[in-house]
Amino acid sequence: GIVGGHLPLAIGVGYAIRYRDGDQACLCFFGDSVVNIGSFHESLNMAARWKLPVIFFLENNAYGMGTDIRRVAAAKELVDRGKAYDGLHSVVVDGMDVLAVRQVTEEAIERAREEKRPTYIEARCYRYMGHSMADPSHGTYRTREELEQWRSDDPILGYRQQLIDAGRLTAEQYDDMDEEAIAQAEAAAEFADASPFPEPSAIYENVYSDAYAHDIARRDRWRKEFS
Amino acid sequence: MATLTYREALNEALREEMDRDDAIFIIGEEVGEYDGAYKVTKGLLDAYGEWRVRDAPIAELSFAGLGVGAAMVGLRPIVEFMTWNFALLAIDQVINSAAKMYQQSGGQYNIPIVFRGPGGAALQLAAQHSQCPEPWLSYVPGLKVVAPATARDAKGLLKAAIRDDDPVCVIESELMYNTVRDDVPEQEYVIPIGSAEVKREGSDVTVVTYSKMVHASLAAAEKLAADDIDVEVVDLRTVRPIDVPTVIESVKKTNRAVIVEEGWPACNVGAQLIDDIQREAFDWLDAPIARVNGLDVPMPYAKNLEKIVFPNADHVVEAVRHVCHVN
Repeated sequence: GIVGGHLPLAIGVGYAIRYRDGDQACLCFFGDSVVNIGSFHESLNMAARWKLPVIFFLENNAYGMGTDIRRVAAAKELVDRGKAYDGLHSVVVDGMDVLAVRQVTEEAIERAREEKRPTYIEARCYRYMGHSMADPSHGTYRTREELEQWRSDDPILGYRQQLIDAGRLTAEQYDDMDEEAIAQAEAAAEFADASPFPEPSAIYENVYSDAYAHDIARRDRWRKEFS
Repeated sequence: MATLTYREALNEALREEMDRDDAIFIIGEEVGEYDGAYKVTKGLLDAYGEWRVRDAPIAELSFAGLGVGAAMVGLRPIVEFMTWNFALLAIDQVINSAAKMYQQSGGQYNIPIVFRGPGGAALQLAAQHSQCPEPWLSYVPGLKVVAPATARDAKGLLKAAIRDDDPVCVIESELMYNTVRDDVPEQEYVIPIGSAEVKREGSDVTVVTYSKMVHASLAAAEKLAADDIDVEVVDLRTVRPIDVPTVIESVKKTNRAVIVEEGWPACNVGAQLIDDIQREAFDWLDAPIARVNGLDVPMPYAKNLEKIVFPNADHVVEAVRHVCHVN
């Protein structure tokens, strides 16, 4: 979708949960650019007003594509955006700290299940790579020093050290898991590369759930792909 | 048969379907306590409670998207736009979420949602409140669009829209809510989406139309009958998918066609229909197809100008005479 387009879907899922008296919660992740788009405010407002079990999880990595969020948001702290809505619990967490993120998220899920109250979490984190293939990791809108500083606080390496310090994990176990994860990702990429492309007839699949799709296809029958 | 207004017929459809399936809920501005801006949802809040008849804030984008999200997990939402003009604010959710979710999820999430509300001009509501959304919506693969002209069709098509497993846009009309009144069967019925109806049989010219222009076309047909021009009026009822076979059958019989619709001419339903007719009935045509439509300007507020922009029965009479080469 477009930026912020999924927040309304999340409150729809939250609405359906309340509608059926369910005890689920809906977790909705988005980036810092979303705090400036209308659907963010509309959705937070409805979630708060109707007590929808939705957790709005803002991954604030400081940049919307190449734009520093501070250059375009009239807010000192993005978490403050949530404070306008009565009934919405707003909280900041260190997004580079795995256990801290886990704790606020658990609390938010509990709040959603028990109190039917939504939560807005601002997790402060960073993106190491460019926004896209054409976007260098540093040099245009951010400095190498800034990137290096965030990298030194890496959440996975930090959690690794915490577990080792607590005697829950050895460096060898970590390396094994790391290798396994890399192998899994590589196998998935290989599987995707080796998979056949869809047949031309798949073009009309899943556009409509009934026979109308055949009707659309009728107009294009003269094309060689469909002969 | 009971005689109902267009508004009452829609209300009956909502009640019958909400009684039948408790996954159906309505959300929109003023649909509950106020009984609906145009009273289509009258009495529903009392009957079904606030979770099934939800008064929304003025936030079209997100209450439309709320409907899509709820549809993804098994509910069957009816999103009311106070008028389709306000749906411009929600169009990202209508097009990017509702219409595309089924394909982009690889068939995992079909979206059984209804977007409904009045479209077109009423009485001096000016440029921003007088627009016909059918061409905008019909352009989008993944959407279905219905625009009923009678109380009977409004009820049967709304029920079909609610039961449909894809997003359906229902274009109603402020002008027709109260003024259109006709016989509605007492027993259960549904009118299939994508089925046109010959509202008047004739042998000389086919007039293809939908929504409130059906009434202008029928009035024109009566005037023309006095001059021995026998007009067949085909009411599309659904503008996506268009019932091309019914149109073609009629054109092959009469060999002349006039397309009548309320909105702007560029890229509209009539433009599409001409393509379908020329593909399938080119050799049957005895005259170029004529079109009657609203004039190609934002609707003026001034009463006299609005009257000129808005197509009427006299325009249809002129167009029919033109394709018959009768002055």
